[in-house]
Amino acid sequence: MLSALRCIVMRDLTLAMRHRSDVLTTVFFFIIVVSLFPLGVGPDAALLKEMAAGVVWVAALLASMLSLTRLFADDYNDGTLEQLMLVPQPLVLIVLGKVLAHWIISGLPLVLMSPLLGLQFGLEGDELIMLMLTLLIGTPVLSLLGAIGAALTLGLRGGGVLVSLLVLPLYIPVLIFGAGAVTASAAGMGADGHLSLMGAILLLALVLAPWASAAALRISVE
Amino acid sequence: MGKALLEIKGLECVRGDNQLFSELSFSLEGGSLLHVHGPNGSGKTTLLRAIAGLVLPENGEICWNGEATGRQEDDFNRELLYLGHHYGLKFELTGYENLKVFANLSGAEISEHEVEAALTRFGLAHCVELPVKVLSQGQKRRVALARLLLQRSKLWILDEPFVALDVAAVELLLGVIKAHVGDGGMVILTTHQEVAMDAGKLQHLHLGEKPAASMAAQR
Repeated sequence: MLSALRCIVMRDLTLAMRHRSDVLTTVFFFIIVVSLFPLGVGPDAALLKEMAAGVVWVAALLASMLSLTRLFADDYNDGTLEQLMLVPQPLVLIVLGKVLAHWIISGLPLVLMSPLLGLQFGLEGDELIMLMLTLLIGTPVLSLLGAIGAALTLGLRGGGVLVSLLVLPLYIPVLIFGAGAVTASAAGMGADGHLSLMGAILLLALVLAPWASAAALRISVE
Repeated sequence: MGKALLEIKGLECVRGDNQLFSELSFSLEGGSLLHVHGPNGSGKTTLLRAIAGLVLPENGEICWNGEATGRQEDDFNRELLYLGHHYGLKFELTGYENLKVFANLSGAEISEHEVEAALTRFGLAHCVELPVKVLSQGQKRRVALARLLLQRSKLWILDEPFVALDVAAVELLLGVIKAHVGDGGMVILTTHQEVAMDAGKLQHLHLGEKPAASMAAQR
């Protein structure tokens, strides 16, 4: 089981390494969107600091949307998806492997970049760590929930836009608690409650999303 | 007569509003080859995909070893190798990497040497390290077919396997199919090409004709 999971993750990571531009687009999109806000809002340090968490989080949601459509579409188009469905491994495991790889490719870089971007908004020490921590717990949820949308819209025309409409509303709880945790910690209140809730959302998504995606894939491939 | 491993009972498939076939029943035992005939649009591919479990039939049952395939997914999938119209290969990976992924996922212990041997058998020894996207259509097909030699599946479902292959490769594939059937394996295939098949117990199935004639005489 674990070797199959590793095999899928390694396969998708190898593919991403041969298509490095795809990975870089997501990261640069994230950086650019976040950097546009200080330019647009103006150099009001207090205001920027207040909106920092929200801006970084919304940019992270949008950036993770970018690569979602390709999560299953490439495999669907060249027929490898149907082959993956026929291997003697649970489809849920294969979906989980692909989601994990997607997170490593498009979620983890955002987590690593976030402190640098937080600095632009005047966040300091603990707030930067909190921002990184919320993204670390939150971005896997984005990949997991996104997989359901990507699987449902597979093979549809204009699937990219549809995915955003389907998935962005599902991202709202993560956004609220993610940005809320940073704001709370900046205000000197504890963020434990926020973090626990995010952890709960992550566990729930980890258990349910692969099953939902696998069921959606079976329908789409037919 | 051996025991029938694969049994199709009263199968009906619908595509859109179009009924492709209904009340289709046949069985297949070890060491036999089923050649599915029929004009374009008669449901050959749908039938093969339904047997593989990729399409849910409207009615009817597909049994492997006496049990419905839907209820024994992994056991059936271990015995199944389906090659469809798509190559099922990642074009950015090399032939070797492609085969290795499926070998790992099939759960069988397959050494690097065996993967290379399979590619060599299909005349691809010189392109083991090339990404599949630079190979020709026929070579891509050969990479996909090399999986036949690696995974020890009992049931092969091949949808138009001879497309894009040159004469030598067609001969080679026929030889591989014959050897598989000779070993007690089973093959279901469609092809529009004229190829001389005389392996094991050869059965013919004609789709797209009147139901009464849908199961032609066996040879």
